[in-house]
Amino acid sequence: MPSVRSIAKTLLLGELLQGLAVTFKYLWKPKFTVHYPEERAPQSVRYRGLHALRRYPNGEERCIACKLCEAVCPALAITIESDVSADGTRRTTRYDIDLFKCIFCGFCEEACPVDAIVETRIHEYHMENRGENIMSKDKLLAVGERYEAMITADKTADAPYR
Amino acid sequence: MSTILAYWNQIPLYLQHLIIVFAEIVGVMMTVVVSVAFLTLIERKIIGWMQIRIGPNQIRMFGLPFLKGVAQPFADVIKLLLKEVLLPAKADKVVFLLAPLIALTTALAVWAVVPFSPVFVLADVDAGLLFVLAMTSLGVYGIILAGWASNSKYAMLGAMRSAAQIVAYEIAMGFALVGVLMAAGSLNLSDIVRAQSGSMLTWNMVLLFPLMIIYFISGIAETNRAPFDVVEGESEIVAGFHVEYSGASFATLFALPEYANMILVATLAAVLFMGGWLSPFQGLLSDTSLLAQPSFLWLFVKICWFLFCFLWFRATFPRYRYDQIMRLGWKVFIPLTLVWLIVECGMVWMRIGPWSHFG
Repeated sequence: MPSVRSIAKTLLLGELLQGLAVTFKYLWKPKFTVHYPEERAPQSVRYRGLHALRRYPNGEERCIACKLCEAVCPALAITIESDVSADGTRRTTRYDIDLFKCIFCGFCEEACPVDAIVETRIHEYHMENRGENIMSKDKLLAVGERYEAMITADKTADAPYR
Repeated sequence: MSTILAYWNQIPLYLQHLIIVFAEIVGVMMTVVVSVAFLTLIERKIIGWMQIRIGPNQIRMFGLPFLKGVAQPFADVIKLLLKEVLLPAKADKVVFLLAPLIALTTALAVWAVVPFSPVFVLADVDAGLLFVLAMTSLGVYGIILAGWASNSKYAMLGAMRSAAQIVAYEIAMGFALVGVLMAAGSLNLSDIVRAQSGSMLTWNMVLLFPLMIIYFISGIAETNRAPFDVVEGESEIVAGFHVEYSGASFATLFALPEYANMILVATLAAVLFMGGWLSPFQGLLSDTSLLAQPSFLWLFVKICWFLFCFLWFRATFPRYRYDQIMRLGWKVFIPLTLVWLIVECGMVWMRIGPWSHFG
Protein backbone atom coordinates (compact mmCIF):
# COMPACT_ATOMS: atom_id res chain seq x y z
CA MET A 1 0.00 0.00 0.00
CA PRO A 2 1.38 3.40 -0.88
CA SER A 3 1.39 5.82 1.99
CA VAL A 4 -1.15 8.61 2.31
CA ARG A 5 1.63 11.05 1.67
CA SER A 6 2.61 9.55 -1.66
CA ILE A 7 -1.05 9.35 -2.74
CA ALA A 8 -1.51 13.02 -1.89
CA LYS A 9 1.65 13.85 -3.79
CA THR A 10 0.38 12.03 -6.86
CA LEU A 11 -3.06 13.57 -6.73
CA LEU A 12 -1.74 17.11 -6.34
CA LEU A 13 0.44 16.56 -9.44
CA GLY A 14 3.45 17.96 -7.58
CA GLU A 15 6.12 16.48 -9.80
CA LEU A 16 4.27 17.38 -12.97
CA LEU A 17 4.00 21.01 -11.85
CA GLN A 18 7.70 20.98 -11.08
CA GLY A 19 8.42 19.88 -14.63
CA LEU A 20 6.08 22.51 -16.03
CA ALA A 21 7.88 25.17 -14.02
CA VAL A 22 11.17 24.14 -15.60
CA THR A 23 9.89 24.39 -19.16
CA PHE A 24 8.14 27.68 -18.38
CA LYS A 25 11.42 29.08 -17.15
CA TYR A 26 13.20 27.98 -20.30
CA LEU A 27 10.51 29.64 -22.45
CA TRP A 28 12.00 33.03 -21.56
CA LYS A 29 15.68 32.14 -21.72
CA PRO A 30 17.74 33.77 -24.46
CA LYS A 31 18.19 31.47 -27.43
CA PHE A 32 21.74 30.91 -28.62
CA THR A 33 20.96 29.38 -31.99
CA VAL A 34 23.47 30.40 -34.65
CA HIS A 35 21.51 31.39 -37.77
CA TYR A 36 23.82 29.34 -39.93
CA PRO A 37 23.94 30.70 -43.44
CA GLU A 38 23.88 34.29 -42.16
CA GLU A 39 25.93 33.73 -39.02
CA ARG A 40 28.78 31.31 -38.56
CA ALA A 41 30.27 29.68 -35.51
CA PRO A 42 33.90 30.69 -34.89
CA GLN A 43 36.43 28.35 -36.45
CA SER A 44 39.84 27.36 -35.17
CA VAL A 45 42.90 27.88 -37.35
CA ARG A 46 43.51 24.18 -36.77
CA TYR A 47 40.18 23.25 -38.34
CA ARG A 48 40.57 20.16 -40.51
CA GLY A 49 38.52 20.51 -43.67
CA LEU A 50 39.12 20.00 -47.36
CA HIS A 51 42.65 18.95 -48.33
CA ALA A 52 45.08 20.96 -50.42
CA LEU A 53 48.54 20.42 -51.90
CA ARG A 54 50.87 23.39 -51.58
CA ARG A 55 53.63 24.81 -53.75
CA TYR A 56 56.74 26.76 -52.81
CA PRO A 57 56.62 30.52 -53.54
CA ASN A 58 58.65 29.90 -56.72
CA GLY A 59 55.91 27.59 -57.99
CA GLU A 60 57.68 24.29 -57.34
CA GLU A 61 55.53 21.49 -55.88
CA ARG A 62 56.34 20.83 -52.26
CA CYS A 63 55.42 17.14 -52.36
CA ILE A 64 58.43 14.86 -52.73
CA ALA A 65 56.44 11.60 -52.93
CA CYS A 66 57.84 10.24 -49.66
CA LYS A 67 54.49 8.46 -49.12
CA LEU A 68 54.52 9.07 -45.37
CA CYS A 69 50.95 10.37 -45.57
CA GLU A 70 49.86 7.28 -47.47
CA ALA A 71 51.50 5.12 -44.82
CA VAL A 72 50.03 6.97 -41.87
CA CYS A 73 46.50 7.34 -43.27
CA PRO A 74 44.31 5.21 -40.98
CA ALA A 75 41.45 5.11 -43.48
CA LEU A 76 43.65 4.20 -46.46
CA ALA A 77 42.20 7.17 -48.31
CA ILE A 78 45.45 8.28 -49.97
CA THR A 79 46.91 6.65 -53.06
CA ILE A 80 50.28 7.83 -54.38
CA GLU A 81 52.32 6.83 -57.43
CA SER A 82 55.69 8.43 -58.11
CA ASP A 83 58.30 8.75 -60.80
CA VAL A 84 61.44 10.74 -61.54
CA SER A 85 60.60 14.00 -63.21
CA ALA A 86 62.45 15.73 -66.04
CA ASP A 87 64.67 17.74 -63.67
CA GLY A 88 65.75 14.58 -61.87
CA THR A 89 63.67 15.03 -58.72
CA ARG A 90 61.23 12.52 -57.36
CA ARG A 91 57.62 13.68 -57.92
CA THR A 92 54.19 12.16 -57.62
CA THR A 93 52.46 11.15 -60.82
CA ARG A 94 49.28 10.41 -58.97
CA TYR A 95 48.07 11.77 -55.65
CA ASP A 96 44.46 10.81 -54.90
CA ILE A 97 42.48 11.36 -51.73
CA ASP A 98 39.14 9.63 -51.48
CA LEU A 99 37.00 12.07 -49.50
CA PHE A 100 34.47 9.33 -48.71
CA LYS A 101 37.16 7.28 -47.00
CA CYS A 102 38.93 10.20 -45.35
CA ILE A 103 38.12 10.69 -41.68
CA PHE A 104 39.78 14.12 -41.49
CA CYS A 105 42.13 13.08 -38.70
CA GLY A 106 44.93 15.33 -39.96
CA PHE A 107 47.64 12.66 -39.67
CA CYS A 108 48.72 13.24 -43.28
CA GLU A 109 49.32 16.89 -42.50
CA GLU A 110 51.33 15.98 -39.39
CA ALA A 111 53.33 13.30 -41.16
CA CYS A 112 54.34 15.51 -44.10
CA PRO A 113 58.02 16.60 -43.76
CA VAL A 114 57.65 19.46 -46.28
CA ASP A 115 54.17 20.79 -45.35
CA ALA A 116 52.87 19.79 -48.77
CA ILE A 117 49.55 18.20 -47.89
CA VAL A 118 47.44 20.38 -45.58
CA GLU A 119 43.85 20.48 -44.48
CA THR A 120 42.23 23.84 -45.07
CA ARG A 121 39.33 25.34 -43.15
CA ILE A 122 36.92 24.80 -46.03
CA HIS A 123 34.07 22.59 -44.88
CA GLU A 124 31.25 23.59 -47.21
CA TYR A 125 31.60 21.68 -50.46
CA HIS A 126 29.52 19.12 -52.27
CA MET A 127 29.70 16.63 -55.10
CA GLU A 128 27.16 16.19 -57.84
CA ASN A 129 28.48 13.19 -59.71
CA ARG A 130 30.03 9.83 -58.95
CA GLY A 131 33.79 9.98 -58.81
CA GLU A 132 33.95 13.59 -57.69
CA ASN A 133 34.78 12.33 -54.22
CA ILE A 134 38.28 11.48 -55.47
CA MET A 135 40.47 14.55 -55.07
CA SER A 136 43.13 14.11 -57.73
CA LYS A 137 46.52 15.82 -57.69
CA ASP A 138 45.31 18.58 -60.02
CA LYS A 139 42.29 19.36 -57.90
CA LEU A 140 44.33 19.36 -54.71
CA LEU A 141 46.92 21.70 -56.22
CA ALA A 142 44.13 23.95 -57.46
CA VAL A 143 42.67 24.16 -53.95
CA GLY A 144 46.15 24.92 -52.62
CA GLU A 145 46.68 27.72 -55.13
CA ARG A 146 43.32 29.24 -54.48
CA TYR A 147 43.59 29.29 -50.69
CA GLU A 148 47.37 29.73 -50.27
CA ALA A 149 46.89 33.04 -48.42
CA MET A 150 44.52 31.46 -45.90
CA ILE A 151 46.74 28.40 -45.44
CA THR A 152 49.85 30.52 -44.86
CA ALA A 153 48.02 32.74 -42.39
CA ASP A 154 46.68 29.75 -40.47
CA LYS A 155 50.08 28.07 -40.33
CA THR A 156 51.72 31.27 -39.12
CA ALA A 157 49.07 31.74 -36.44
CA ASP A 158 49.46 28.19 -35.25
CA ALA A 159 53.28 28.04 -35.46
CA PRO A 160 54.02 29.30 -31.89
CA TYR A 161 52.08 26.37 -30.44
CA ARG A 162 53.75 23.64 -32.49
CA MET B 1 -25.11 50.81 -50.35
CA SER B 2 -28.78 51.74 -50.57
CA THR B 3 -29.17 49.70 -53.74
CA ILE B 4 -27.71 46.67 -52.01
CA LEU B 5 -30.11 47.22 -49.16
CA ALA B 6 -32.99 47.51 -51.60
CA TYR B 7 -32.01 44.21 -53.22
CA TRP B 8 -31.65 42.67 -49.81
CA ASN B 9 -35.16 43.73 -48.78
CA GLN B 10 -36.62 42.17 -51.92
CA ILE B 11 -35.34 38.75 -50.92
CA PRO B 12 -37.96 36.70 -49.03
CA LEU B 13 -37.42 36.56 -45.30
CA TYR B 14 -36.62 32.84 -45.11
CA LEU B 15 -33.94 33.28 -47.77
CA GLN B 16 -32.46 36.25 -45.90
CA HIS B 17 -32.30 34.08 -42.83
CA LEU B 18 -30.68 31.25 -44.79
CA ILE B 19 -28.05 33.55 -46.26
CA ILE B 20 -27.19 35.03 -42.88
CA VAL B 21 -26.88 31.61 -41.28
CA PHE B 22 -24.76 30.37 -44.16
CA ALA B 23 -22.47 33.37 -43.88
CA GLU B 24 -22.16 32.79 -40.14
CA ILE B 25 -21.29 29.13 -40.67
CA VAL B 26 -18.66 29.97 -43.27
CA GLY B 27 -17.28 32.68 -40.97
CA VAL B 28 -16.95 30.31 -38.02
CA MET B 29 -15.44 27.57 -40.17
CA MET B 30 -12.89 29.88 -41.73
CA THR B 31 -11.99 31.24 -38.30
CA VAL B 32 -11.42 27.72 -37.02
CA VAL B 33 -9.35 26.72 -40.04
CA VAL B 34 -7.19 29.84 -39.88
CA SER B 35 -6.77 29.37 -36.13
CA VAL B 36 -5.63 25.82 -36.80
CA ALA B 37 -3.06 27.11 -39.28
CA PHE B 38 -1.62 29.57 -36.80
CA LEU B 39 -1.87 27.12 -33.92
CA THR B 40 0.55 24.84 -35.77
CA LEU B 41 2.95 27.75 -36.09
CA ILE B 42 2.57 28.83 -32.46
CA GLU B 43 3.01 25.23 -31.36
CA ARG B 44 6.33 24.96 -33.16
CA LYS B 45 7.41 28.34 -31.88
CA ILE B 46 6.51 27.74 -28.22
CA ILE B 47 7.92 24.23 -28.12
CA GLY B 48 11.04 25.61 -29.77
CA TRP B 49 11.37 28.37 -27.20
CA MET B 50 10.89 25.92 -24.36
CA GLN B 51 13.73 23.83 -25.80
CA ILE B 52 15.87 26.98 -26.21
CA ARG B 53 15.46 26.89 -29.96
CA ILE B 54 13.82 29.54 -32.09
CA GLY B 55 11.39 27.57 -34.23
CA PRO B 56 10.36 28.41 -37.79
CA ASN B 57 11.90 31.77 -38.73
CA GLN B 58 12.32 31.84 -42.47
CA ILE B 59 9.06 32.41 -44.31
CA ARG B 60 7.74 35.95 -44.12
CA MET B 61 4.32 37.32 -44.96
CA PHE B 62 4.25 39.36 -48.20
CA GLY B 63 8.03 39.80 -48.06
CA LEU B 64 7.84 42.00 -44.97
CA PRO B 65 11.18 42.42 -43.20
CA PHE B 66 9.66 41.60 -39.79
CA LEU B 67 7.55 38.79 -38.33
CA LYS B 68 9.83 36.11 -39.70
CA GLY B 69 8.20 32.70 -39.91
CA VAL B 70 4.63 33.96 -39.75
CA ALA B 71 3.75 32.57 -43.16
CA GLN B 72 5.08 29.12 -42.30
CA PRO B 73 1.58 27.52 -41.98
CA PHE B 74 0.65 28.75 -45.45
CA ALA B 75 3.81 27.26 -46.88
CA ASP B 76 2.98 23.99 -45.12
CA VAL B 77 -0.59 23.95 -46.39
CA ILE B 78 0.41 24.73 -49.96
CA LYS B 79 3.04 22.01 -49.84
CA LEU B 80 0.57 19.44 -48.48
CA LEU B 81 -2.15 20.31 -50.97
CA LEU B 82 0.21 20.09 -53.94
CA LYS B 83 1.47 16.67 -52.94
CA GLU B 84 0.17 13.47 -54.42
CA VAL B 85 -2.59 11.60 -52.58
CA LEU B 86 -1.32 8.04 -52.50
CA LEU B 87 -3.77 5.16 -52.52
CA PRO B 88 -2.34 1.91 -51.12
CA ALA B 89 -2.96 -0.93 -53.57
CA LYS B 90 -4.84 -3.11 -51.10
CA ALA B 91 -6.67 -0.33 -49.28
CA ASP B 92 -10.44 -0.08 -49.17
CA LYS B 93 -10.45 2.92 -51.47
CA VAL B 94 -13.86 4.38 -50.66
CA VAL B 95 -13.44 4.18 -46.91
CA PHE B 96 -9.84 5.28 -47.21
CA LEU B 97 -10.90 8.53 -48.83
CA LEU B 98 -14.05 8.91 -46.73
CA ALA B 99 -12.35 8.61 -43.34
CA PRO B 100 -10.59 12.01 -43.47
CA LEU B 101 -13.88 13.63 -44.39
CA ILE B 102 -15.64 12.03 -41.40
CA ALA B 103 -12.91 13.26 -39.09
CA LEU B 104 -13.06 16.74 -40.59
CA THR B 105 -16.85 17.05 -40.65
CA THR B 106 -17.31 16.04 -37.04
CA ALA B 107 -14.46 18.27 -35.92
CA LEU B 108 -16.08 21.26 -37.60
CA ALA B 109 -19.71 20.38 -36.79
CA VAL B 110 -19.15 20.73 -33.04
CA TRP B 111 -18.60 24.45 -33.43
CA ALA B 112 -22.29 24.90 -34.17
CA VAL B 113 -23.25 24.91 -30.49
CA VAL B 114 -20.28 26.76 -29.02
CA PRO B 115 -21.35 30.13 -27.58
CA PHE B 116 -18.78 32.66 -28.77
CA SER B 117 -20.32 35.71 -27.16
CA PRO B 118 -23.53 36.59 -25.28
CA VAL B 119 -25.28 37.08 -28.61
CA PHE B 120 -23.42 34.93 -31.10
CA VAL B 121 -23.93 31.19 -31.24
CA LEU B 122 -24.73 29.35 -34.45
CA ALA B 123 -27.30 26.99 -32.96
CA ASP B 124 -28.53 27.66 -29.44
CA VAL B 125 -29.45 24.00 -28.92
CA ASP B 126 -30.91 22.98 -25.58
CA ALA B 127 -28.93 19.74 -25.51
CA GLY B 128 -25.73 21.44 -26.70
CA LEU B 129 -23.45 19.54 -24.39
CA LEU B 130 -24.87 16.21 -25.58
CA PHE B 131 -24.31 17.32 -29.16
CA VAL B 132 -20.68 18.10 -28.34
CA LEU B 133 -20.20 14.69 -26.73
CA ALA B 134 -21.87 12.94 -29.66
CA MET B 135 -19.77 14.73 -32.26
CA THR B 136 -16.45 14.23 -30.50
CA SER B 137 -17.32 10.54 -30.14
CA LEU B 138 -18.15 10.32 -33.84
CA GLY B 139 -14.78 11.85 -34.62
CA VAL B 140 -13.08 8.65 -33.56
CA TYR B 141 -14.80 6.87 -36.46
CA GLY B 142 -12.63 8.86 -38.81
CA ILE B 143 -9.53 7.56 -37.07
CA ILE B 144 -10.72 3.96 -36.78
CA LEU B 145 -11.90 3.82 -40.39
CA ALA B 146 -8.65 5.42 -41.56
CA GLY B 147 -6.68 2.78 -39.69
CA TRP B 148 -8.81 -0.08 -40.95
CA ALA B 149 -9.07 1.04 -44.58
CA SER B 150 -5.31 1.54 -44.89
CA ASN B 151 -4.87 -2.24 -44.69
CA SER B 152 -1.65 -1.75 -42.77
CA LYS B 153 -0.70 -3.27 -39.44
CA TYR B 154 0.65 -0.06 -38.00
CA ALA B 155 -2.42 1.93 -39.01
CA MET B 156 -4.65 -0.78 -37.55
CA LEU B 157 -2.75 -0.78 -34.25
CA GLY B 158 -2.93 2.99 -34.07
CA ALA B 159 -6.64 2.96 -34.73
CA MET B 160 -7.27 0.32 -32.08
CA ARG B 161 -5.23 2.25 -29.54
CA SER B 162 -7.16 5.36 -30.39
CA ALA B 163 -10.51 3.62 -29.98
CA ALA B 164 -9.61 2.10 -26.61
CA GLN B 165 -8.14 5.34 -25.34
CA ILE B 166 -11.12 7.42 -26.36
CA VAL B 167 -13.59 5.00 -24.79
CA ALA B 168 -11.62 5.08 -21.56
CA TYR B 169 -11.33 8.83 -21.34
CA GLU B 170 -14.77 9.67 -22.65
CA ILE B 171 -16.27 8.15 -19.51
CA ALA B 172 -14.13 10.25 -17.21
CA MET B 173 -14.82 13.27 -19.38
CA GLY B 174 -18.54 12.56 -19.33
CA PHE B 175 -18.58 12.32 -15.55
CA ALA B 176 -16.65 15.57 -15.30
CA LEU B 177 -19.30 17.16 -17.50
CA VAL B 178 -22.06 15.73 -15.31
CA GLY B 179 -20.58 17.84 -12.52
CA VAL B 180 -20.97 20.92 -14.69
CA LEU B 181 -24.54 19.95 -15.53
CA MET B 182 -25.41 19.64 -11.86
CA ALA B 183 -23.92 23.04 -11.20
CA ALA B 184 -25.70 24.76 -14.07
CA GLY B 185 -28.90 22.73 -14.22
CA SER B 186 -28.87 22.89 -18.01
CA LEU B 187 -27.36 21.22 -21.06
CA ASN B 188 -27.41 24.44 -23.06
CA LEU B 189 -23.89 25.83 -23.28
CA SER B 190 -25.04 29.46 -23.14
CA ASP B 191 -27.07 28.69 -20.02
CA ILE B 192 -24.05 26.98 -18.49
CA VAL B 193 -22.06 30.17 -19.02
CA ARG B 194 -24.85 32.35 -17.65
CA ALA B 195 -25.14 30.15 -14.56
CA GLN B 196 -21.52 31.03 -13.74
CA SER B 197 -22.02 34.79 -13.85
CA GLY B 198 -21.47 36.83 -10.72
CA SER B 199 -17.74 37.04 -10.15
CA MET B 200 -14.65 34.96 -10.73
CA LEU B 201 -15.49 33.01 -7.59
CA THR B 202 -18.75 31.73 -9.02
CA TRP B 203 -17.02 30.18 -12.02
CA ASN B 204 -17.21 26.42 -12.03
CA MET B 205 -13.44 26.14 -11.77
CA VAL B 206 -13.58 27.11 -8.10
CA LEU B 207 -15.86 24.42 -6.75
CA LEU B 208 -15.26 21.93 -9.54
CA PHE B 209 -11.49 22.39 -9.74
CA PRO B 210 -10.67 18.66 -9.73
CA LEU B 211 -13.27 18.10 -12.42
CA MET B 212 -11.68 20.82 -14.54
CA ILE B 213 -8.26 19.21 -14.24
CA ILE B 214 -9.71 15.82 -15.12
CA TYR B 215 -11.74 17.27 -17.97
CA PHE B 216 -8.69 18.95 -19.44
CA ILE B 217 -6.44 15.91 -19.09
CA SER B 218 -9.15 13.71 -20.62
CA GLY B 219 -9.46 16.28 -23.38
CA ILE B 220 -5.76 15.95 -24.09
CA ALA B 221 -6.16 12.18 -24.20
CA GLU B 222 -9.21 12.48 -26.47
CA THR B 223 -7.39 14.64 -28.96
CA ASN B 224 -4.45 12.21 -28.89
CA ARG B 225 -1.99 14.89 -27.92
CA ALA B 226 1.26 14.48 -26.03
CA PRO B 227 1.71 12.98 -23.46
CA PHE B 228 -1.12 10.68 -24.57
CA ASP B 229 -0.15 10.45 -28.23
CA VAL B 230 0.49 6.70 -28.35
CA VAL B 231 -1.92 6.63 -31.27
CA GLU B 232 0.84 8.14 -33.34
CA GLY B 233 3.66 6.60 -31.29
CA GLU B 234 6.51 7.19 -33.72
CA SER B 235 8.92 4.86 -32.00
CA GLU B 236 6.49 1.94 -31.93
CA ILE B 237 4.00 2.14 -34.76
CA VAL B 238 5.62 4.62 -37.17
CA ALA B 239 2.79 7.14 -37.35
CA GLY B 240 -0.26 5.20 -36.27
CA PHE B 241 -3.49 5.59 -38.16
CA HIS B 242 -2.15 8.05 -40.71
CA VAL B 243 0.92 6.13 -41.96
CA GLU B 244 -0.61 5.55 -45.37
CA TYR B 245 -1.97 9.04 -45.85
CA SER B 246 -0.27 11.77 -47.81
CA GLY B 247 -0.93 15.17 -49.30
CA ALA B 248 -4.37 16.69 -48.96
CA SER B 249 -5.91 13.62 -47.33
CA PHE B 250 -3.18 13.72 -44.68
CA ALA B 251 -3.93 17.37 -44.02
CA THR B 252 -7.67 16.79 -43.68
CA LEU B 253 -7.38 13.57 -41.74
CA PHE B 254 -4.67 14.42 -39.32
CA ALA B 255 -3.67 18.04 -39.08
CA LEU B 256 -6.99 19.84 -39.34
CA PRO B 257 -9.23 17.69 -37.09
CA GLU B 258 -6.53 17.19 -34.49
CA TYR B 259 -5.86 20.88 -34.08
CA ALA B 260 -9.53 21.82 -34.46
CA ASN B 261 -10.30 19.38 -31.66
CA MET B 262 -7.56 20.91 -29.55
CA ILE B 263 -9.13 24.32 -29.95
CA LEU B 264 -12.52 22.80 -29.21
CA VAL B 265 -11.36 21.17 -25.98
CA ALA B 266 -9.76 24.46 -24.95
CA THR B 267 -12.95 26.36 -25.80
CA LEU B 268 -15.14 23.92 -23.92
CA ALA B 269 -12.86 24.05 -20.90
CA ALA B 270 -13.21 27.82 -20.99
CA VAL B 271 -16.98 27.69 -21.48
CA LEU B 272 -17.72 25.00 -18.92
CA PHE B 273 -15.28 25.87 -16.17
CA MET B 274 -13.95 29.38 -16.65
CA GLY B 275 -17.12 31.24 -17.49
CA GLY B 276 -16.83 31.39 -21.28
CA TRP B 277 -17.41 34.94 -22.44
CA LEU B 278 -17.86 36.29 -18.90
CA SER B 279 -15.40 38.91 -17.80
CA PRO B 280 -13.05 38.04 -14.94
CA PHE B 281 -13.60 41.55 -13.59
CA GLN B 282 -17.33 41.08 -13.26
CA GLY B 283 -18.24 41.72 -9.64
CA LEU B 284 -14.87 43.37 -8.94
CA LEU B 285 -15.52 46.49 -11.00
CA SER B 286 -18.88 48.21 -11.41
CA ASP B 287 -21.20 46.65 -13.98
CA THR B 288 -20.96 49.69 -16.23
CA SER B 289 -17.18 49.64 -16.63
CA LEU B 290 -15.79 48.44 -19.92
CA LEU B 291 -13.64 45.67 -18.47
CA ALA B 292 -16.59 44.00 -16.76
CA GLN B 293 -18.55 43.57 -19.99
CA PRO B 294 -18.94 40.00 -21.23
CA SER B 295 -17.44 39.64 -24.70
CA PHE B 296 -15.76 37.28 -27.11
CA LEU B 297 -12.38 38.71 -26.15
CA TRP B 298 -12.55 37.15 -22.69
CA LEU B 299 -13.38 33.79 -24.25
CA PHE B 300 -10.47 34.28 -26.63
CA VAL B 301 -8.04 34.95 -23.78
CA LYS B 302 -9.24 31.86 -21.94
CA ILE B 303 -8.98 29.70 -25.05
CA CYS B 304 -5.43 30.96 -25.58
CA TRP B 305 -4.53 30.00 -22.03
CA PHE B 306 -5.78 26.45 -22.44
CA LEU B 307 -4.13 26.10 -25.84
CA PHE B 308 -0.89 27.30 -24.31
CA CYS B 309 -1.30 24.57 -21.70
CA PHE B 310 -1.66 22.00 -24.50
CA LEU B 311 1.65 23.10 -26.01
CA TRP B 312 3.28 23.48 -22.63
CA PHE B 313 2.39 19.90 -21.69
CA ARG B 314 3.68 18.64 -25.00
CA ALA B 315 7.00 20.39 -24.45
CA THR B 316 7.27 19.10 -20.89
CA PHE B 317 6.00 15.55 -20.51
CA PRO B 318 7.34 12.34 -22.00
CA ARG B 319 4.85 10.00 -23.63
CA TYR B 320 2.89 7.68 -21.35
CA ARG B 321 3.23 3.96 -21.75
CA TYR B 322 0.04 2.45 -23.14
CA ASP B 323 -0.93 0.43 -20.07
CA GLN B 324 -0.31 3.47 -17.91
CA ILE B 325 -2.74 5.46 -20.00
CA MET B 326 -5.37 2.78 -19.54
CA ARG B 327 -4.67 2.60 -15.82
CA LEU B 328 -4.93 6.36 -15.46
CA GLY B 329 -8.20 6.49 -17.37
CA TRP B 330 -10.03 3.57 -15.79
CA LYS B 331 -8.57 3.29 -12.32
CA VAL B 332 -7.80 6.88 -11.40
CA PHE B 333 -9.93 9.35 -13.30
CA ILE B 334 -13.27 7.53 -13.19
CA PRO B 335 -13.16 6.92 -9.41
CA LEU B 336 -11.93 10.47 -8.81
CA THR B 337 -14.73 12.05 -10.81
CA LEU B 338 -17.27 9.80 -9.11
CA VAL B 339 -16.00 10.86 -5.69
CA TRP B 340 -16.19 14.51 -6.61
CA LEU B 341 -19.68 14.03 -8.03
CA ILE B 342 -20.80 12.56 -4.71
CA VAL B 343 -19.25 15.51 -2.89
CA GLU B 344 -21.07 17.85 -5.25
CA CYS B 345 -24.33 15.93 -4.77
CA GLY B 346 -23.98 16.48 -1.04
CA MET B 347 -23.37 20.18 -1.59
CA VAL B 348 -26.39 20.50 -3.87
CA TRP B 349 -28.54 18.52 -1.43
CA MET B 350 -27.44 20.66 1.51
CA ARG B 351 -27.90 23.82 -0.62
CA ILE B 352 -24.29 24.90 -0.05
CA GLY B 353 -22.55 27.61 -2.03
CA PRO B 354 -23.90 28.41 -5.50
CA TRP B 355 -26.65 25.85 -5.11
CA SER B 356 -28.38 27.65 -2.24
CA HIS B 357 -30.91 29.08 -4.70
CA PHE B 358 -31.96 25.69 -6.07
CA GLY B 359 -35.61 24.92 -5.39
